[in-house]
Amino acid sequence: MMASIKLEGLEKTYPGGVQAVKGVDLEVADGEFVVLVGPSGCGKSTLLRMVAGLETISAGALYIGKRRVNELEPAQRDIAMVFQNYALYPHMTVFDNLAYGLKNRGFKRDEIRRRVEEAARMLEIEAFLPRKPRQLSGGQRQRVAMGRALVREPAVFLFDEPLSNLDAKLRVQMRVEIKRLQRRLKTTSLYVTHDQLEAMTLGDRLVVLNGGRIEQVGTPMEIYARPASLFVATFIGSPAMNLLPLGALLSGPGAASHGALLGDLPPGTGILGIRPDALRLEAPHGPHLTLSATLELFEAAGAESHLHVRLAGSGQPLVIRTAGQPAVAEGQRLHFHITRDALHPFHRETGRRLDDTLKTKEQAA
Amino acid sequence: MQTKRMTFPGRWLPYALLAPQVIVTLIFFIWPSLQALYMSLLREDAFGLNSTFVGLANFARLFADDTYLDSLSVTAMFAIGTTLLSMSAALLLAATVNRMLRSRNAYTTLLVWPYAIAPAIAGVLWWFIFNPSIGIVPYALEMLGYRWNHRTSGNDAMMLVIIAAAWKQIAYNFLFFLAGLQSIPQSLIEAAAIDGAGPVKRFWTIVFPLLSPTTFFLMVVNVVYAMFDTFGVIHATTQGGPSQATNTLVYKVYADGFVGLNLGSSAAQSVILMAIVVLLTVVQFRFIERRVNY
Ligand SMILES: Nc1ncnc2c1ncn2[C@@H]1O[C@H](COP(=O)(O)OP(=O)(O)OP(=O)(O)O)[C@@H](O)[C@H]1O
Ligand SMILES: [Mg+2]
Repeated sequence: MMASIKLEGLEKTYPGGVQAVKGVDLEVADGEFVVLVGPSGCGKSTLLRMVAGLETISAGALYIGKRRVNELEPAQRDIAMVFQNYALYPHMTVFDNLAYGLKNRGFKRDEIRRRVEEAARMLEIEAFLPRKPRQLSGGQRQRVAMGRALVREPAVFLFDEPLSNLDAKLRVQMRVEIKRLQRRLKTTSLYVTHDQLEAMTLGDRLVVLNGGRIEQVGTPMEIYARPASLFVATFIGSPAMNLLPLGALLSGPGAASHGALLGDLPPGTGILGIRPDALRLEAPHGPHLTLSATLELFEAAGAESHLHVRLAGSGQPLVIRTAGQPAVAEGQRLHFHITRDALHPFHRETGRRLDDTLKTKEQAA
Repeated sequence: MQTKRMTFPGRWLPYALLAPQVIVTLIFFIWPSLQALYMSLLREDAFGLNSTFVGLANFARLFADDTYLDSLSVTAMFAIGTTLLSMSAALLLAATVNRMLRSRNAYTTLLVWPYAIAPAIAGVLWWFIFNPSIGIVPYALEMLGYRWNHRTSGNDAMMLVIIAAAWKQIAYNFLFFLAGLQSIPQSLIEAAAIDGAGPVKRFWTIVFPLLSPTTFFLMVVNVVYAMFDTFGVIHATTQGGPSQATNTLVYKVYADGFVGLNLGSSAAQSVILMAIVVLLTVVQFRFIERRVNY
């Protein structure tokens, strides 16, 4: 059985008055992998736990499939959840951990054995079935936690930062595996993380949360290419998008030539966002801005390098990302270039993105 | 692992610091124990004027004595009853308090108070409550059609001492169970809820097994308490009666030694009690080290 999820004006106020979720509307299609991403304390876990039935819903409606599930117990919602700390039952073997949910639902012994073994094979944890969780490594426990979720073949998977206790290498490996597994099982999934890279690579769609509200919903590339607000702009992408006050470009060296190119910015533009890789050391063809800055710090990161510079005149700090290792020295005066369409205009007060008519379609793709 | 090592200036300071503890232990524990051990091998004449060495005769007589064997089974009943009652009541209270959010601390404080009451006073309290002529419980039972009289009924008397002894131990057990419950991660309970286990099933399949180290520890502590620390309770309520029905080993030591003035036999009984304590302690350390179950 598969199912869509629908959140209608979902709100959560904790006893004591903290409003953790302030009205969230969201639809997750059948089989879709949606990632909730946002900074610590933005209400991601709260939202997920409301879907799971572990937190009561203060206001709004929640549908899984066709059913309104606001008042249903977690067990009746046909969901499975993978916890950050895995929450494996420490006194049971791996086999019993996986079998527990099936036993409680009255499955036959043969069926339980068949399903547990199948899940164990899929996750390559067959060898650990007779062991207790404490006899496993972090990565192996993570697999067992996944196994416990998928052995029940639920309509929805919920993940609350399942990879955050793993080391960097294992995290990448498990990330790929989760994605592969979800592709194969086509189970509707909601995945919480505060890691923007994890979010970008895993999700069919991302939901960026901030302070209990949705900032933006879209495919990873939509969000990367057209962040809806300053918050999203700086949260998604690493190194973070540079933010330049428009004034810094309209004064200082070369201001006159900038004025001509920036004349068609939407009214109200106060801040320009520029991705670090949109700042080029070689002049591109076609119209572009040229800025000069002093190199303060050079970071070589293997295939790419990060140049921390300070804009001549206004003294604004910027980060530039280039491929390879350009021949530059700290303290050097550099010139770099931006094409007009790499500028993201944001409103000077609200910080919302201003629709930029010059944006071409292929950038969003 | 690195351990911190303190060094003292001079040789005598560490010994001086240890001395008070060692002296207290020697005077109040080791010396009387040795005395008892020695006396258990003697027999005094009826007037207490002289004593003769009789070897293990005191022990042999004890194990041939029906009243002693009776007392052994009374003690077993009493220890099991007290342990079961105080632990199950404490677990119930702890599980209930653990579900509370706001008033948890207030309840915890209140529930711990009985532990501060002296055993004799607790005994007197129960003596009043269960007094066949003026007590409230016999009055209530009377209305239900049961005539309570622990002065004539051995079973009633056993119930009374078990309740009185268990009540005092509940506070202690409660604290340990509550701490045990609070150390179980909430996410385990939530995972079990998602896995389709209701509250009762969650308790018996997740919570209770995870409490097993606490349960085992408390079991030993409670048995030790019931066997050795309940003299005051019994003395204030039944005094071992009626007709030996609540005459536990520890009460019998007192009754035979200080009332019956059979010091040799009394000393032999103390030695047996000591052996039991040692045994229980060994069992406890053995199992605690293996952490029971998981
Ligand atoms: N049980 C609770 N009682 C009161 N407030 C809570 C409770 N749980 C969470 N909060 C508050 O609700 C807000 C959202 O918490 P939540 O756990 O959903 O954040 P999060 O986005 O998951 O953060 P993180 O990335 O750190 O896990 C926070 O301000 C937090 O302090
Ligand atoms: Mg969280």
